Amino acid sequence: MSAQQVLDQFAASGSETCFHDRHIEPQIYAGLDGANWHLKDYEARGGYQALRRILGKDGSEGLTQDQVIATVKESALRGRGGAGFPTGLKWSFMPRQFPGQKYLVCNSDEGEPGTCKDRDILMFNPHIVIEGMAIAAYAMGITVGYNYIHGEIFQVYDRFEVALEEARAAGLLGNNILGSSFSFQLHAHHGFGAYICGEETALLESLEGKKGQPRFKPPFPASFGLYGKPTTINNTETFAAVPWIIRHGGQAYLDCGKPNNGGTKIFSVSGDVERPGNYEVPMGTPFAKLLELAGGVRKGRSLKAVIPGGSSSPVLPAHIIMDCTMDYDSIAKAGSMLGSGAVIVLDDSRCMVKSLKRLSYFYMHESCGQCTPCREGTGWLSRVVDRIENGEGRPEDLDLLDNVAENIQGRTICALGDAAAMPVRAMIKHFRPEFEHHVAHKTCLVGAYV
Amino acid sequence: MSAQAKEQAGAGPLSEAVLARFAKEVAKYPAEQKQSAVMACLAIVQQEVGHVSADSEAQIAAYLEMAPMAVHEVTTFYNMYNQRPVGKYKLNVCTNLPCQLRDGQKALQHLEQKLGIAMGQTTADGLFTLQQSECLGACADSPVLLVNDRSMCSFMSNDKLDQLIDGLKKSEAR
Repeated sequence: MSAQQVLDQFAASGSETCFHDRHIEPQIYAGLDGANWHLKDYEARGGYQALRRILGKDGSEGLTQDQVIATVKESALRGRGGAGFPTGLKWSFMPRQFPGQKYLVCNSDEGEPGTCKDRDILMFNPHIVIEGMAIAAYAMGITVGYNYIHGEIFQVYDRFEVALEEARAAGLLGNNILGSSFSFQLHAHHGFGAYICGEETALLESLEGKKGQPRFKPPFPASFGLYGKPTTINNTETFAAVPWIIRHGGQAYLDCGKPNNGGTKIFSVSGDVERPGNYEVPMGTPFAKLLELAGGVRKGRSLKAVIPGGSSSPVLPAHIIMDCTMDYDSIAKAGSMLGSGAVIVLDDSRCMVKSLKRLSYFYMHESCGQCTPCREGTGWLSRVVDRIENGEGRPEDLDLLDNVAENIQGRTICALGDAAAMPVRAMIKHFRPEFEHHVAHKTCLVGAYV
Repeated sequence: MSAQAKEQAGAGPLSEAVLARFAKEVAKYPAEQKQSAVMACLAIVQQEVGHVSADSEAQIAAYLEMAPMAVHEVTTFYNMYNQRPVGKYKLNVCTNLPCQLRDGQKALQHLEQKLGIAMGQTTADGLFTLQQSECLGACADSPVLLVNDRSMCSFMSNDKLDQLIDGLKKSEAR
């Protein structure tokens, strides 16, 4: 066997994470099997019908830009990358009449620990993102777009390039799409290992060929984005939701979620469950149901805590998360964030100090170094949590952690500082006795950490 | 050629194939924004040569009409660029929390034992470099590792790790 053949044996097939029958009313992952990602397969599933409809190429009179945006607003689609901002509203911010170049950017820099949903969308259904981006470009009068793909998933980048070629060859991208007056050029761009580039303005800097250090906002990308031009940035899953909305209507999308939380959402469930993977379910699905889909807590253990929206979201103890439904409003009300939909499950054998130690190291490692509170503060957080975990903690350390976290939060250009501070405060808030035990007894309250 | 010899040899002129790949990347961006292709060009050079040397940075800077320091800033900012020669196979094992909960750390330790090196080191035969990495974006597949920036290996139990290492060694011996 050649080296490449050796490596290929271990490539993920998607059968564990994506093509299982444990989604509920899926829209984006529906009907996928790993082999049917090509253009002809996507079209057989109804793909590119939404694009044909808005352009009036299905026998109808087409949709105006305003009608497309109104439909997306009606759907209550909210940004799937983490912030949950209403997508239709974001699109309406784009100054459509701006005379110069405008850009559309897809944020596929999926690096939030716990998240792997966009990888499976792009790998197994790339055309749904291309169609969603084309519809968005039409609605906002944009002619050039980029899909910024996480550098670590290079196979996905290669596949997206192939999908782009297929779409271009079929006249679905490029000049005068499907014979209309609408033109849209779409390209793939890859990152190369920087968590911060998931932040939209850092991503823009990176796309310009620079260090990915976030920009001050305002100005927002809608007025000063890529190359200083008006730019709209949405997450991969957000774009992937758009074709369904156009085909079935905004109200139908809203109806399959819950008010203010339209549609389905893909949750990446990782950690202590029997079947980690991606699960596409309607917004508002009870957490308990999601946990059941993922096979329940591993080895029959009991649930201790869940980080519900990626590593940056505050941890929630079992008794709180078990009463939540999986949507933006319910998780926010419980004191955390739905974020990117990365559900990290911890069972009762887990030491929260040790868990936090790994996360704090991550934020120190990934701080871009631009803002002093984050650059220095993440180092302090990591070192202090590390010494507590190592049995070298001091009684005043818990207050010190809180103080450092407080001095980071709200004092940095981007949200990475907040993302580093929030898990620390939430862990101490909900699991303070574990931290105190580590300090007082130099040992772990929970025992063995597997 | 050993990694050390490669470094001493410098970057050499860029091949026609590499220049063609550069051109394909540059064509994606507006004519006055060639710099946007710098990340792709650096990744291409790394794939060809194994790492990014100062000479390579200078060549890319000239090609994209950027200051060499602006290229160097990119090389040093992003985690995946190798700033010095690495083994023929660079193994990046994710140990971030979701992976740590599913034996990511154990996979790293297993590879340390199997290869007889510590994380961050390269085997004496120059075949393997072992690194801890941050989130690879494949959390549900843990344990996961990325080989040479481009091949993700999923669900890597100790048995599979052994198969991987033995298989790569065998492919070299052929």
